[in-house]
Amino acid sequence: MIKRVTFRNRWLPYLLLLPQLAVTVVFFLWPAAQALYQSMLVEDAFGLSTEFVWFENFEELFADPLYLEAFLNTVVFSFSVAFVSMSAALLLAVMADRTIKGTTAYKTLLIWPYAVAPAVAGVLWFFMFNPVVGILAYVLRGVGYDWNHYLDGGDAMTLVVIAASWKQISYNFLFFLAGLQAIPRSLIEAAAIDGASPFKRFWTIIFPLLSPTTFFLLVVNVVYAFFDTFGIIHATTEGGPAGATQILVYKVFSDGFIGLDLGGSAAQSVVLMAIVIGLTVVQFRYIERKVEY
Amino acid sequence: MVENRPYLTVISHLIVILGIVITVMPIWITFVASTHPIEHIMDGTIPMWPGDRFFENYATVLGSGVADAGGIPVGDMLLNSLIMALSIAIGKIAISLIAAFAIVYFDFPFRMTCFWMIFITLMLPVEVRILPTFAVVANLGMLNTYVGLSLPLIASATATFLFRQFFLTVPEELAEAARIDGAGPLKFFKDILLPLSRTNIAALFVILFIYGWNQYLWPLLVTTDESFYTVVMGIQRMTQAAESLPLWHLVMATTMLAMIPPVIVVVVMQKLFVKGLVETEK
Repeated sequence: MIKRVTFRNRWLPYLLLLPQLAVTVVFFLWPAAQALYQSMLVEDAFGLSTEFVWFENFEELFADPLYLEAFLNTVVFSFSVAFVSMSAALLLAVMADRTIKGTTAYKTLLIWPYAVAPAVAGVLWFFMFNPVVGILAYVLRGVGYDWNHYLDGGDAMTLVVIAASWKQISYNFLFFLAGLQAIPRSLIEAAAIDGASPFKRFWTIIFPLLSPTTFFLLVVNVVYAFFDTFGIIHATTEGGPAGATQILVYKVFSDGFIGLDLGGSAAQSVVLMAIVIGLTVVQFRYIERKVEY
Repeated sequence: MVENRPYLTVISHLIVILGIVITVMPIWITFVASTHPIEHIMDGTIPMWPGDRFFENYATVLGSGVADAGGIPVGDMLLNSLIMALSIAIGKIAISLIAAFAIVYFDFPFRMTCFWMIFITLMLPVEVRILPTFAVVANLGMLNTYVGLSLPLIASATATFLFRQFFLTVPEELAEAARIDGAGPLKFFKDILLPLSRTNIAALFVILFIYGWNQYLWPLLVTTDESFYTVVMGIQRMTQAAESLPLWHLVMATTMLAMIPPVIVVVVMQKLFVKGLVETEK
């Protein structure tokens, strides 16, 4: 779309676009093209010779049990984070919406974790669950569970899921609350007059009307869990123990920077790129319907 | 409220308060840990109430840093974070404003091509092009510089879209009037469009400041020199200190310091923050 009245100038628009496009080309498009190209190369251990191998890296990747495990971990991790943070946020939003007095105050008290960096959120929970000094590990020991995220893969996964969800609750809460406040009061009042209990009203009226918000948040949360949680993993478990919390983004980093496997890491980048593109398309197709441009 | 159900109202309040307690608990534990000497934390009895080492611990991290993390004072790391967050936020806003202006107010060949090129950046987060982007920055000699920390992150499809959307809602008459009065495009931009965009700029600034402050992977890659560490990644260096147990009281003090600036921004500018959050997601 464009304005009906436009200015006419031969070079000014290009000049105005130049900074944005220069950064885009140099730091986004060129590296992405490089990743595509490198994903089809194999380099020997000393970096002396490279060979063009077409899709061999991808074949190797999908035959690699470690990669498939990382894939599975990522799926488990993303959906756990989306489920935990969204259900907690929905519960809190519905309850906060019910309380006429205090909604604003509650909102202020609940939104600030958004500002906490994922890595910092990771460290906070890492400390509380620390088997030696952590309060939650101490409590769990009290009830007979020997928590140790250094040794137990399940514990480590639970730890990163909790940390990632905790940070995301505030975001989901804000959107759910906005969604709830947009539902016409008359619908709920009509149901109440007909004798529907608050519980029934929630499941038959409020929840279905919230479904656009829910779907939107699901996509956002999955994207967040896929890409923004690198800090949580890196600052706490570092993918361990024994790869139990190795997610795709972390694996690209560790194979590329620590393992120095150029082709393999690039192939993983390309797979991730495909995933982001898929998710973005889903997000935009859906949003196109909600917002009129 | 639709009907009066006192019990349910009480339960609602209780659940929300419980949610807030669970949300705040990590911060309280962190704060408490940051005010104790290390012995109190390590001896297994976890303190629940602040100790008496508040000033000592914070003075230590701010002034001299933690030896295992390179001994860089956290004060310096905070400054690095601030420089990075501000350059990213201001840079993104500046280049997106002018790019959106060009796309909305000019008709020129390849207009849509430019638009789609910017759009594509949405699909290419740092995480999917780590190695090649690192190689570009290394070749340009920007490792361990503030430019290297911020410049590669300032392209922004989201900000460009936001301003484009906003400019499209600005009445046509304003541009017409400006043209009749003989104002050129730059004068129109500076005197009419910029003042109108003030709230949008502020809202976006809040979001982008937090985005910049919380960057983790990128500073981890481009800084090898400790004097360029940002605080969020600096914490990781402390917890993973090799060959010794982390000095939890100092780590926790650093964590508090890393959290305070963005949290204050969100709480103080809550209205703008919510506006920015909702609008950047459109």
